[in-house]
Amino acid sequence: MRYIKMGLRNVLIILTCWLWLNPSTSQAQNIRLLTLNQLESRLAAGKDTTFIVNFWATWCVPCVAELPDFEKLQATYSGNKLKVLLVSLDFKSKVNSTVIPFIKKQHLRNEVYVLNETNQQEYIDRVDKSWSGALPATLMVNTTRNLRQFFEREFTYPELEQTYLSLK
Amino acid sequence: MKWYLITCFIALAAFAKAQGGYKVGDAVADFSLKNVDNKTVAMADYPAAKGFIVIFTCNTCPVAQAYESRIIALHNKYAPKGYPVIAINPNDPNTQPGDSFSEMQKRAKTKGYSFAYLEDTGNQVADRFGATRTPHVYIISKEDGKSVIQYIGAIDNDTENANPDKITYAEQAVDALLNGKKPAITFTKAVGCSIKRSRG
Repeated sequence: MRYIKMGLRNVLIILTCWLWLNPSTSQAQNIRLLTLNQLESRLAAGKDTTFIVNFWATWCVPCVAELPDFEKLQATYSGNKLKVLLVSLDFKSKVNSTVIPFIKKQHLRNEVYVLNETNQQEYIDRVDKSWSGALPATLMVNTTRNLRQFFEREFTYPELEQTYLSLK
Repeated sequence: MKWYLITCFIALAAFAKAQGGYKVGDAVADFSLKNVDNKTVAMADYPAAKGFIVIFTCNTCPVAQAYESRIIALHNKYAPKGYPVIAINPNDPNTQPGDSFSEMQKRAKTKGYSFAYLEDTGNQVADRFGATRTPHVYIISKEDGKSVIQYIGAIDNDTENANPDKITYAEQAVDALLNGKKPAITFTKAVGCSIKRSRG
């Protein structure tokens, strides 16, 4: 009996380590729903952190194409006070069937959220008045410096990096 | 300084794009584009129409696909009342091969489009309208010989087509016009695919 218990414990330890070390699994567990109020609180609490909030969807081809650039920007400037947040506008009914498998496959390291809002007439304007709703779209915010810039466009990596650096 | 100027230019370009195009109340210049049957279509080809439901849409965008059956239903309901749908695909096939003219022809045939589905080469008409996404709706009525924009925005507020209490913006706008009134809601926003503009 004792051996069985020890065996079970070892299996549990190995399983826990595997879950811990396997980034795709831990990332997938991190996907959360996010309201705009929650997003704004997060941006305000970050004070002198520059947030780059990319609005994307698994169904948006140019969004998917530029996701690695946002990953690269965060990796390159991890020593700076930069935080990239990836906010998906996928249908909420597709989170389990599409978004989580996608994040696993892409090995996304940035924080990924699914926007938890339903009224497009309200939330699109709240993100930015100039946003028509087209994806991709990116918001750059630094609360301490009272900086808030919005871009309804795609970025290449050099464009994204230049835009981030020019915020300074 | 150089980066500053480049950034300013990008910001200005983005601003100009967002602000450009027609507004509600503007008169629209006619366009002439190739339909999937290889014939050219213009608004002037519909002398009996009271107006138009112009929809920038495409083959490939999942939001446009989600709305496809509703676009077909809009045409079936309102074309007999004088408001036909004119669908315009503004995507550059070099960027989005699934939106080429031959793919448009296939989709129109398979899905049984009974409305015009036009190729907007170089997205010139989309630029003139200021369309930014697919699907993007412009409802136009004829007033004193002019084609005037009465509504710009979404088809309804329920992309997933799951809410029986959805607000059918486009239908409500056309119903108001058919009753000789102005639409109560003239502008809405919606999440959609950015138009794949030609880089040529």
